[in-house]
Amino acid sequence: MKLSGADIVIQCLKEQGTDTVFGYPGGCVLDIYDAIYRDGTLRHILTAHEQGAAHAADGYARATGKTGVCIATSGPGATNLVTGIATAYMDSVPLVAITGNVTVSNLGRDSFQEVDIAGITMPVTKHNYIVKDVNALADTIREAFYIANSGRKGPVLVDIPKNLQTETAEFTPAKPAIYTPKSVKEETLRAAARAIAEAKRPLIIAGGGAISLNASQNLMQFAKRIQAPVASTLMGLGAFPASDGQSLGLIGMHGTDAGAKAFLRADTVIVCGMRFSDRVAGDRQKFRENKVIVQFDIDAAEIDKNVRTDLSVMADLNEIFKVLLPLLPQADRKDWLKEVAAYKEHEKNSAPLPEAGKIIGAAKKFTDADTPVATDVGQHQMWTAQYYPFEKPRTFVSSGGLGTMGFGLGAAIGACAGTGRKTVLVTGDGSFHMNLNELCTAVKYDLPVVILLMNNNTLGMVRQWQTLFYGKRYSQTTLDRKTDYVKLAEAFGAKGMTLKDPDSAESVLAEAFSADGPVLVDCRIGIDEKVLPMIAPGKSFDSIITKM
Amino acid sequence: MKKFTITALLANKSGVLTRISGLFARRGFNIDSISACATEDDEYSRITLVLDGDEHILDQLIKQLDKLIDVKKIACASEKDSVFRELCLVKVKAEAEKRAQLIEIKEIYKAKIVDLSPDSMILEITGEPNKLDGFINVIEPYGILEMARTGVTALSRGDKCIKDLVDYNDLI
Repeated sequence: MKLSGADIVIQCLKEQGTDTVFGYPGGCVLDIYDAIYRDGTLRHILTAHEQGAAHAADGYARATGKTGVCIATSGPGATNLVTGIATAYMDSVPLVAITGNVTVSNLGRDSFQEVDIAGITMPVTKHNYIVKDVNALADTIREAFYIANSGRKGPVLVDIPKNLQTETAEFTPAKPAIYTPKSVKEETLRAAARAIAEAKRPLIIAGGGAISLNASQNLMQFAKRIQAPVASTLMGLGAFPASDGQSLGLIGMHGTDAGAKAFLRADTVIVCGMRFSDRVAGDRQKFRENKVIVQFDIDAAEIDKNVRTDLSVMADLNEIFKVLLPLLPQADRKDWLKEVAAYKEHEKNSAPLPEAGKIIGAAKKFTDADTPVATDVGQHQMWTAQYYPFEKPRTFVSSGGLGTMGFGLGAAIGACAGTGRKTVLVTGDGSFHMNLNELCTAVKYDLPVVILLMNNNTLGMVRQWQTLFYGKRYSQTTLDRKTDYVKLAEAFGAKGMTLKDPDSAESVLAEAFSADGPVLVDCRIGIDEKVLPMIAPGKSFDSIITKM
Repeated sequence: MKKFTITALLANKSGVLTRISGLFARRGFNIDSISACATEDDEYSRITLVLDGDEHILDQLIKQLDKLIDVKKIACASEKDSVFRELCLVKVKAEAEKRAQLIEIKEIYKAKIVDLSPDSMILEITGEPNKLDGFINVIEPYGILEMARTGVTALSRGDKCIKDLVDYNDLI
């Protein structure tokens, strides 16, 4: 059948199983929006700003595993997506961004709202396209989805000039191409299996790859088989249940003390879908000292990029585990697990609980293992990572690699819309102010998002660094804003509440969680609360600071 | 630091070279030369580039390049199994009294005179990069006015072709 380019876009989205798109209309996507209107079956969530749409599509993808889709017009619409696309790129989130552009005949003439979005997003997309022939449109969109959600996932941008949206082409429906990961040969894994079997004190570190590839079940089997403790990077939280005795929680700059101790004692470290970010590896040389490092990753370029490994296998984690598990005998490492348990016990009894930790702990009583918990970036993010026990993959929605303040509200909206579950957003007064305009979106679509705003009147994480490394010169971090969060929430049509005493958080949160629509809780916490433990940037695990 | 020659087949689309040069810039790879050209197949173009670095940098460069969707095949050209060639045009001062000497040098290096004017000539030479270096050294005292080198291009010896290589990402 002959269809217009705009109709082809909609048909292709539906073909790929897209049920929800996030976006904002404008001159160069008028035809796509007209097609959405005429089609009537695609759920479109209108955000307040294109950046919110990109973060929402990202949050939707992280929480559901499906490819997120956002739409924006040319020029400023497209550039407003860029931070969102870069956020998704750094965390390997499957995203398809569709932008309109001026007509092909107007390209390159500095036309109104023209921008080279393909050029701009080249370094922050897995791939991108400018479609210049309507006959190639359907296959380009199909390819974009395939690239976004295969191998190491990531965002793909498709830029569609306005004239292509009205031109027609023959459209033949097609099924989405299925990505089949390559299988792994047994001999490829034999050396790794031997090293793991011979290890005295193995430690597993799960990264975002374990979640991205849905490898949690296999990871659990692997951990039980080799009797090793499991630490997680920020992106890996939820891949292994926090309640399991072998879980060490977060590792790295603000990881647990138990994790750091276990790491220092480990003789073999098996990293699964992790890229040795500087926030995890710290001192890259020392990281590998006196240890056998075994790396499993789907991206060849991650192998030996930051830390040289002793053994590495490049493949899909599930394919690796499928072949590796039968090669490994059931291990008995009671002493090692006992040692690790003692580290955990010691930390539990000695580390003070920050005020935000109390609030986050109280919030846990009103959520279940499937509740998506989104964050912004800063101290509150680390406290959430430390004190909220993530039991399942895809429940922690947070910007790890790019560290995007302003990510949270959009992402929570996307996660909530995608899962249909009550969603928690833990944010800070700094981050929240960056994209609080999306409150109107949560209200408009009546999305049950409970916002716990950790209000300490400062950019807490920056202040913490100023305290530690800049002689307490608090340059531009004390906010002293006069924002009344209750009134603000109410002005947007949401419910607003105040939580003044972290010790009695439960009663306030009980009310907040019983509300139907979006709720904002202004949680007052002290300005000098710290995120601890901490390993200073570039330092090794033995320099962990646990008290201040 | 060593020099490595890498050849790659690319999708013959606009913007591919931008993707490649952008990647070099943001990852900090040090590239000596890059030459791009057509191939026997319209769908592909080919680049040959020379990297200044060590084995670890080479490994990263190949893997990072291979991640680009438009990079179809990629390989490091080994010194003993490949043929390397570069073309160079040199415009050199050649007043009447110097001409005979220049012609003699040109004969030794099997270069060609492709343009001659009363006071200068353009010499064309093809060969491995170090042959070109040697030639330029000898010519230099006569006064090089201008020079253009194409950058090295390479093909592997024997009937093996780059398009027959398995994708680097397939080597599990």
